[in-house]
Amino acid sequence: MGLRRMVYVIIKELSPSADEVIIVTSSLMKDMTSKTDMYRANAIRVLCRITDGTLLTQIERYLKQAIVDKNPVVASAALVSGIHLLQTNPEIVKRWSNEVQEAVQSRAALVQFHALALLHQIRQNDRLAVNKLVSSLTRGSVRSPLAQCLLIRYTSQVIRESTNDTQTGDRPFYDFLEGCLRHKAEMVIFEAARAITELNGVTSRELTPAITVLQLFLSSSKPVLRFAAVRTLNKVAMSHPTAVTNCNIDMESLISDQNRSIATLAITTLLKTGNESSVDRLMKQITNFMSDIADEFKIVVVDAIRSLCLKFPLKHRSLMNFLSNILREEGGFEYKKAIVDSIVILIRDIPEAKESGLLHLCEFIEDCEFTYLSTQILHFLGIEGPKTSDPSKYIRYIYNRVHLENATVRAGAVSTLAKFGAMVDGLKPRIFVLLRRCLFDNDDEVRDRATLYLNTLGGDGAVVETDEGVKEFLFGSLDVPLVNLENSLKNYDPSEKAFDINSVPKDVKIQPLAEKKATSKKPTGLGAPPPGPPSTVDAYEKLLSSIPEFASFGKLFKSSAPVELTEAETEYAVNVVKHIFDGHVVFQYNCSNTIPEQLLENVTVIVDASEAEEFAEVYSKPLRQLPYDSPGQTFVAFEKPEGVSAVGKFSNMLRFIVKEVDPSTGEVEDDGVEDEYQLEDLELVAADYMLKVGVSNFRNAWESMGVDFEHVDEYGLGPRDSLAEAVNAVINLLGMQPCEGTEVVPPNSRSHTCLLSGVYIGNVKVLVRLQFGLDGPKDVAMKLAVRSEDETVSDAIHEIVASG
Amino acid sequence: ESCPSIKNILLLDSEGNRVAVKYYSDEWPNNSVKEAFEKSLFTKTQKTNARTEDYVFNEVGGRVIPWIEPGRVSNEDLNTTEIAMFESHIIVYKFVQDLHFFVTGAENENELILVTVLQGFFDAVGLLLRGTVDKKEALENLDLILLCLDEIVDGGIILETDANVIAGKVASHSIDAAAPLSEQTISQALATAREHLARSLLK
Repeated sequence: MGLRRMVYVIIKELSPSADEVIIVTSSLMKDMTSKTDMYRANAIRVLCRITDGTLLTQIERYLKQAIVDKNPVVASAALVSGIHLLQTNPEIVKRWSNEVQEAVQSRAALVQFHALALLHQIRQNDRLAVNKLVSSLTRGSVRSPLAQCLLIRYTSQVIRESTNDTQTGDRPFYDFLEGCLRHKAEMVIFEAARAITELNGVTSRELTPAITVLQLFLSSSKPVLRFAAVRTLNKVAMSHPTAVTNCNIDMESLISDQNRSIATLAITTLLKTGNESSVDRLMKQITNFMSDIADEFKIVVVDAIRSLCLKFPLKHRSLMNFLSNILREEGGFEYKKAIVDSIVILIRDIPEAKESGLLHLCEFIEDCEFTYLSTQILHFLGIEGPKTSDPSKYIRYIYNRVHLENATVRAGAVSTLAKFGAMVDGLKPRIFVLLRRCLFDNDDEVRDRATLYLNTLGGDGAVVETDEGVKEFLFGSLDVPLVNLENSLKNYDPSEKAFDINSVPKDVKIQPLAEKKATSKKPTGLGAPPPGPPSTVDAYEKLLSSIPEFASFGKLFKSSAPVELTEAETEYAVNVVKHIFDGHVVFQYNCSNTIPEQLLENVTVIVDASEAEEFAEVYSKPLRQLPYDSPGQTFVAFEKPEGVSAVGKFSNMLRFIVKEVDPSTGEVEDDGVEDEYQLEDLELVAADYMLKVGVSNFRNAWESMGVDFEHVDEYGLGPRDSLAEAVNAVINLLGMQPCEGTEVVPPNSRSHTCLLSGVYIGNVKVLVRLQFGLDGPKDVAMKLAVRSEDETVSDAIHEIVASG
Repeated sequence: ESCPSIKNILLLDSEGNRVAVKYYSDEWPNNSVKEAFEKSLFTKTQKTNARTEDYVFNEVGGRVIPWIEPGRVSNEDLNTTEIAMFESHIIVYKFVQDLHFFVTGAENENELILVTVLQGFFDAVGLLLRGTVDKKEALENLDLILLCLDEIVDGGIILETDANVIAGKVASHSIDAAAPLSEQTISQALATAREHLARSLLK
């Protein structure tokens, strides 16, 4: 018997297909009707694992009988197999609805559970059916805790999908959920509490009973209960911190929980729910706690502290002290980097914290074991230090680095000293003295830098205004990309002629800041290299700057994503990239030839700009050859009025000479025929002039932008498919970057606020606040508030929306 | 998918090596991935206090059951089921002697449901191994353990959580009087003999 059972298990593991094991299936089918219940049950499970459609129809009769079998083991086996089979043969399983329905009424606890799961799966696309199912069961009796949990989940689903306004009294089925909070089984209580906390737009009144229950769990002796409760409360704290404050006392005692996950969750929750007065006490408790936990948990806590500080900027002193203290303790690189990043962000966003923050960083580098962090901090000091009220404070710290550290750090310190000297004229004499001492350093780089700075700053150390050029040199970014410079230097042969930096392909590196949205975990701290696709931007810049005719166009503002101008599977595939400059636009047509028997020569695009009056064609660069399967580019450049975001439609025609090629030999015929190929039109729209650049703290940016160039107006967007669709449409029309996750519209909302930011051509920062509301069933109304550094830009944004 | 689903059940020894495991999810596509998961999970949970010292089994009326003295706290409270988040899964676990039991679920799963599965598995193994829950016994009765795993979860869906029922489904065959002795394996034969002996002693 045991052997037979083991064979069943093996068959399931191997999962052969039905046609491979006819002998096995026939013996299994015999077992399926045997008198021994265990045989029947397990034979069913095995058969259903290896069956295919035809075999299934043969055994369907037995399966239907099994579902309503008296023996619960057999019934469960059939039901569970049904759930699995629903993935592969849904039409067959759906025919068993009646039997499954009957099984739902079974007195055997787990049979009801399995039947309920299967029935729900069968009916899940029919909202009304699910609704009926839930209604009848919530009034009836459900026997097993597992089935009750399922019911709670389905009830939540029904609540989510019901379109009632929550204004009209209680939600449907809320009473049922609340009643489950008093069930005998802990898993049901917890499932119900969790479901309540996850209700859409839940109110404090609705939350209260759930939180009370979770609070009790917090003090349970079982780690699993404490964990489940604190994890759920942590999530609630993100949206309803006030509702969770009652639990603070219990949570504080969890800080010393043996299970470190629980302790960390407790701390981060407290950090979210804490109010200003409790911050100090919290900090004291956390200090002891930090030494106990691993680095990965510590980083979580550091992030939470940073958010807390941004929420209560007045508390920056004690929070900054805390960060500085933990910075001094033992820890790995990632952990210390997280702390330093947090301090930098606080310095940036909370002006009052700048001085103390910089001092803390200075103290840190006195003892920092990570060269990377030291150099980044020195660089940061060089930028922020001179702007403070008393820059001389920092000099001592910086200069000490020159003595005590390794060469990399020393070199960084020298640069920083120079920056101080450049920006703060009063310090020049002292800086000169210090820099002169650096001339005797062991390391080449350090000496070179010292010499360089001494010369650029003016060798006599007088207190004079620093030349603007020098400031530009020290603080400005390098005019040419490092990669290009490196390549040019490598190619340079030392000779009579000096190396000419102008010969390096000059494309100024655009820093598409594109900071990650505030909802993601790590806002950029120190020296974060610009994320985003720098390789594509660089590639375009390199490409364009290698074409002499385009060199005079100036800085490349933006390159669009490729837009297809041909349909799929055509003979020639062409897409276009729109490059926007200040006074020009260049269309780069990427062409591919998919016909092996053809070679195209002298490929150009004839552009008809009659529907784009402000544009004048200035140059067209043909593509000499376009063989099979070897894509190439052709360019057309247009002049446009400077500073104006002109729009228009361009129709395109591909023109070329086509020569026959013998695919086997690769020989090309001498004679060619001129031909043309119509491409789709391309449009230049206002959004093309907008760079998606996010901001991490929208509110700060908004406040500091000021109302001088604010423009507010209201628009009716007419009937739309949904609020989310309207929001998306406007975001795409403007081409700006959504901030703080506001592009996501919660389901069933009747209103939504969306925050956008971007940089318009001319390097004008623009911030937009959109407020959407559902006016009636389908009509969407929108209020658009724009703030920017330039009035015309604010107006332009409104233009875009009005005409879009 | 609203149905509670189990991703894997693991039984490891005191060094993190496999005794018996069953995976129900495609997240671990091949054996080396699985073993890496087991090793790192084991390392992470090593230091915690999920050990059971005073768990008691007793034989009553020819059957072995977890013994709870009236008035004493339940066995549940004596031994600790611990919980952790690992690689964005929830893991509940329990140790006894040199065996480590783990059950894994998704991040958003109801933790208490995972615990019932763990407890069912743990208690059922205790019953099947007749109170001696250690690695040697487990290996000698590996067939029972594997059948036990088979009876608890089917393709990720919970089949049964009551330890007595699980053990009953597995063990009922070993003492099936109808099957001649020759059909049983040696260990099953010994088990049968033990059973008979115990019964006769208690009479």
